[in-house]
Amino acid sequence: MGAKNAKQKAVGIIVGILKYIILIFFSLVAVVPVASCVITAFKTKEEYNSTNVMTLPESWLNFDNFIQAFQKADMGRAFLNSVIVMLCVLIVSVIVGTQLAYVLNRFSFPGNTLIRNLFLFASLLPAVAMQVTVYNIMTALGFVNTLYGYIIMMCGTDVISIYIFIQFMENIPTSLDESAIIDGASYWTIYWKVILPLLKPAIITSCILKGVGVYNEYYAANLYLMNKNIRTIAVSLYTFVGPMGSQYNLICAGVIISLLPALIVFILCQKQIYSGIAAGAVKG
Amino acid sequence: MAGTVNNRIEKQPFQLSKWLHSRKGQRVLICIAFTIIPLLLLLVFTYIPFAEMVKFSFYDMRYTGDREFVGWQNYLDVFKRDDCFGALKLSLYYCAGAIFQLVLALFLATILSFKVKGGNLFKGFMFFPYLISGIAIGFIFKFFYTRGFVFDTILQWCGFQLDNLPYWLRDQRINNWSLAATSVWRYFGQNMVLFIGAIMSVDAQLYEAADLDGANKFQQFIHIILPSIRTIVTLNIILSITGSLSAFEQPYVITSGANGTGTYFVIMNEIAHVSQKVGLASAMAIVLLLIIFACTILQKLFFKYVFRDAESEDESYRAKRARLKAEKAQAKAQKGVA
Repeated sequence: MGAKNAKQKAVGIIVGILKYIILIFFSLVAVVPVASCVITAFKTKEEYNSTNVMTLPESWLNFDNFIQAFQKADMGRAFLNSVIVMLCVLIVSVIVGTQLAYVLNRFSFPGNTLIRNLFLFASLLPAVAMQVTVYNIMTALGFVNTLYGYIIMMCGTDVISIYIFIQFMENIPTSLDESAIIDGASYWTIYWKVILPLLKPAIITSCILKGVGVYNEYYAANLYLMNKNIRTIAVSLYTFVGPMGSQYNLICAGVIISLLPALIVFILCQKQIYSGIAAGAVKG
Repeated sequence: MAGTVNNRIEKQPFQLSKWLHSRKGQRVLICIAFTIIPLLLLLVFTYIPFAEMVKFSFYDMRYTGDREFVGWQNYLDVFKRDDCFGALKLSLYYCAGAIFQLVLALFLATILSFKVKGGNLFKGFMFFPYLISGIAIGFIFKFFYTRGFVFDTILQWCGFQLDNLPYWLRDQRINNWSLAATSVWRYFGQNMVLFIGAIMSVDAQLYEAADLDGANKFQQFIHIILPSIRTIVTLNIILSITGSLSAFEQPYVITSGANGTGTYFVIMNEIAHVSQKVGLASAMAIVLLLIIFACTILQKLFFKYVFRDAESEDESYRAKRARLKAEKAQAKAQKGVA
């Protein structure tokens, strides 16, 4: 009996150690590509040329590359543009999305199911394929090379948030609406004063998902934001593609700068991001 | 004409305003007011482009200039040209990657959903790649895979000789695997968080009961976790297959489709925006859309068939409890024999 217990214990310890080895291994897999960029970003040009990429830099206080990258890619301006785009898109998509979800969830009217299906079908269309002809529409509307045009387009492609809102709204009892109606509230008041405040967790979730998407969107941005002064942060990285193609110390600095905001937001609201991911599972 | 319109306006105001103030009128009004903007956006940026795409696919045209109706010619070209339909073969690499990614994510999620020291830290490390923009990932991995750089250095530390290592992005035998691996790198943490969420929603009592009954972690995984989260797993399998058919980002930002890494969409993108053969690109998009729809429907049918006798979640919990009890009894019986 004692021998059996000891054996079980030994197996338990080995499994425990194995577990940590696996976790550490995959954490390293996830971190090393980024870490190598951080290392390189702190190297001077000479150092970069003469040492192996994985050798640690001489000084961790050498911020020259960051300053140079920031200026060359005009990242200050790009950050501002990204913030503008994000704020506008988030505000519009939250208002429009919650309103639509409110109507779809609370009223049965002809076309209700049709509208849901239209949005569902739209989510199956791959964005890259759609840009072939969306480009035409954007040109016709005069939206190419304007920040507002890009913002309007980004507001229009949202499907997941609507589903998150509808899902959440199903758990808000309709008796709340009914008692508000008895008190003489209009439907607008119900939406604005009753539903919207209760939707706060869903709104945060959808803002996080949408925010990550908008901040990192580069394909359409690269297609429609050609002028340097309206570039978003993701597009500003394209500056490094041509002439500086092999100056990886600069490029890495640019990459690190671009992902710092995401890192900060991630550290601050890990929990909300994780629950957002779980809630947005419909889209994956 | 003008007269009748005026008449109507004169006749209606009283009734109209009354109707608007009634509950029913308000309801109609709010329905219209709240749906008009999202529907307009959906129409302009999804359905009109979609209709145009169908139309364009029958024309030989560029973004500007004349267009010529060519019937089914573009569709025939999609299947005839080596670079178009043949590119779909590359999806297999991404599909294999996606399956590996799902298994890995499920495995890690299971480990992390039990008590692990520093679990949040591990989770954070593995999830973070998901928050990096595609273009940044492009740079990171161009750097990572360059000859003699990060990946090669690490392999050398592990005892490999540089001369024996292939060029990760140039060698056609390996470069698609390299790209699929970056896709795994980017998404496995996100998948893992998704699965952890699903596993956490499993009734904790089930684990306790299983622990008491002496079921080991593997048995717990097979009998408790997997059945409870199969919906989300199947959903992700469907998504990963359609996703690998439309693989685009990794090859686009890392190799720009050079050296035989051009997936279907990378080639479509090039045909549309570089050679400006809008008609052909539209036909390509439509063909892939049809394939994706067919896949989605087939998979739905398949899983419906496989799970057709699945009961509601509560009932399956009960079934599990029953199964656990049976196992317990069996274990006892075995002990008795020993």
